[in-house]
Amino acid sequence: MSEQVVDKRRRLFLTAAATAVTGVGAAYVAVPFLASMNPSDRAKAAGAPVEADIAKLEPGQLIRVEWRGKPVWILKRTKEILAQLEDMTELLRDPGSNESEQPEACKNVSRSLKPEVFLAVGICTHLGCSPTFRPDVAPEDLGPDWQGGFFCPCHGSRFDLSGRVYASVPAPLNLVVPPHQYLTDTRILIGSEGGQA
Amino acid sequence: MSGFLKNALGWVDDRFPLTKVWNEHLAEYYAPKNFNWMYYFGSLAMLVLVNQIITGIFLTINYKPDAKLAFDSVEYIMRDVEWGWLIRYMHSTGASAFFVVVYLHMFRGLVYGSFKKPRELVWIFGMIIYVALMAEAFMGYLLPWGQMSYWGAQVIVSLFGAIPYVGEDLALWLRGDYVISDATLNRFFAFHVIAIPLVLVVLVFMHIVALHAVGSNNPEGIEIKKHKDDKGVPLDGIPFHPYYSVKDLVGVAVFLFIFALIIFYMPEMGGYFLEHANFIPADPLKTPEHIAPVWYFTPFYAVLRAVPDKFLGVVAMAGAIIVLFLLPWLDRGVNKSIRYRGPVFKAAIVAFCISFIGLGYFGMQPVTTVGTWFSRFFSFVYFAFFLLMPFYSNIGQDKYVPERVEEK
Repeated sequence: MSEQVVDKRRRLFLTAAATAVTGVGAAYVAVPFLASMNPSDRAKAAGAPVEADIAKLEPGQLIRVEWRGKPVWILKRTKEILAQLEDMTELLRDPGSNESEQPEACKNVSRSLKPEVFLAVGICTHLGCSPTFRPDVAPEDLGPDWQGGFFCPCHGSRFDLSGRVYASVPAPLNLVVPPHQYLTDTRILIGSEGGQA
Repeated sequence: MSGFLKNALGWVDDRFPLTKVWNEHLAEYYAPKNFNWMYYFGSLAMLVLVNQIITGIFLTINYKPDAKLAFDSVEYIMRDVEWGWLIRYMHSTGASAFFVVVYLHMFRGLVYGSFKKPRELVWIFGMIIYVALMAEAFMGYLLPWGQMSYWGAQVIVSLFGAIPYVGEDLALWLRGDYVISDATLNRFFAFHVIAIPLVLVVLVFMHIVALHAVGSNNPEGIEIKKHKDDKGVPLDGIPFHPYYSVKDLVGVAVFLFIFALIIFYMPEMGGYFLEHANFIPADPLKTPEHIAPVWYFTPFYAVLRAVPDKFLGVVAMAGAIIVLFLLPWLDRGVNKSIRYRGPVFKAAIVAFCISFIGLGYFGMQPVTTVGTWFSRFFSFVYFAFFLLMPFYSNIGQDKYVPERVEEK
């Protein structure tokens, strides 16, 4: 045995330093594994715009188009529906769509480029179910105040026919209106706002 | 024992503590002599875990974790693979059976005070097992790629999206895509068949090591280690093996009888074990009219739906699980077993059970105004049971608790 006294502070420092360096190393090694769970390049590239033809869409009719794996609704609204949208304000959480997601040009009462044609991503802003289209006025299960709209069967969130969320339901925001542009009067390109395709 | 076997055992014991482990955990692990039928569920949970692992391995032999192939491969197992239907029903029924025995196991711990000092870590490890089990069951439910698989996963993963700031990115990271897709299915398969089962096995090991360090509780809530004979053996204890290993076999027989009845005669359990909508392939464009999780998640789902706010709903649901972890520190009662607790505590246990079952019921039903108000009331009772426990748990307890297990 040597006579040398153990320098405990030095030992402690070396232990702490080695632990810290190992920790940093472990954190770096974790990066590739955690990052491998992000959407792959292929998944990111799959978000190309899709085209929809609305020539045969009747007033009051709704069709579904798939865009980025999500349903996009295209609803042709009647004059009566558009008139009634103005009276909804006090039932709604965000009637002016100030906090909700939509193209700047759609930030109006009808939340659309052309008032009669309404586009929305058909995914509830609460937990991602696809709400059902319920245009019927005051049905038994939805109560006498129901003016037609979208009802989410999962957690009972309600939206009007502009996709605007009712107050006091779980969903926090209006339905998302996807970027879209009219190629002609009856052909819509979903996922692109023109300019940058 | 023949000379050769004795020598062989000695050879092993010199190199691996086989006899020591056997004695410590079975032949010389002294459990209280007054266990009743509610003490079956721990060993039954282990049995179901083994069932899930074995049937699971054989299911992966024919299952394909691919969004285009998954649904058909499950139907292939059901129709074309020899005995495939049996293995699959053993697995799907086993999932529900797992939660049945785990809920009863937890209830036993609750009423007999098995979570109380010095068994806090036994309870904590058990709770982590429960959470891991929920993750395991949830990810497993995605694999058949039916409508309920798809939309259930959509809802649950979206729950993470409610976390402020990082939520949306976290949900995206979990899915590996912008919606539930093939990428999600593939990774859930990986977690379901390897990652979480490994964690579960390790946790079960820790649960048992912790239990055997402190010793088992019993229906009287008596610490049998307080009274030992001169060899250090608890006077009210009996060796786990053969006494309880044989007793548990009776429980296993009864359990398997019921388990087999369900597998052979009602494997779907009227839509509670396997939901009807899950026999339709996943359709990302259409949510089923009525979606509800499988029965074992519905109490927490009802709490989520009771709150008319996205973030607070998720907070309440998470809180309903987190509060269970705190049980050992919320309960201030001196006596362990319900047999010697005060009337207020007994009434609270009854109210808790009613509200938990009530939440489970309303979590399965479509959203209605009445159902929502009932869910709110029951959620309130659920949280009150835990959060008020420090104040009521010590009221009116019995003064006399026996020191020894008394023969009746």
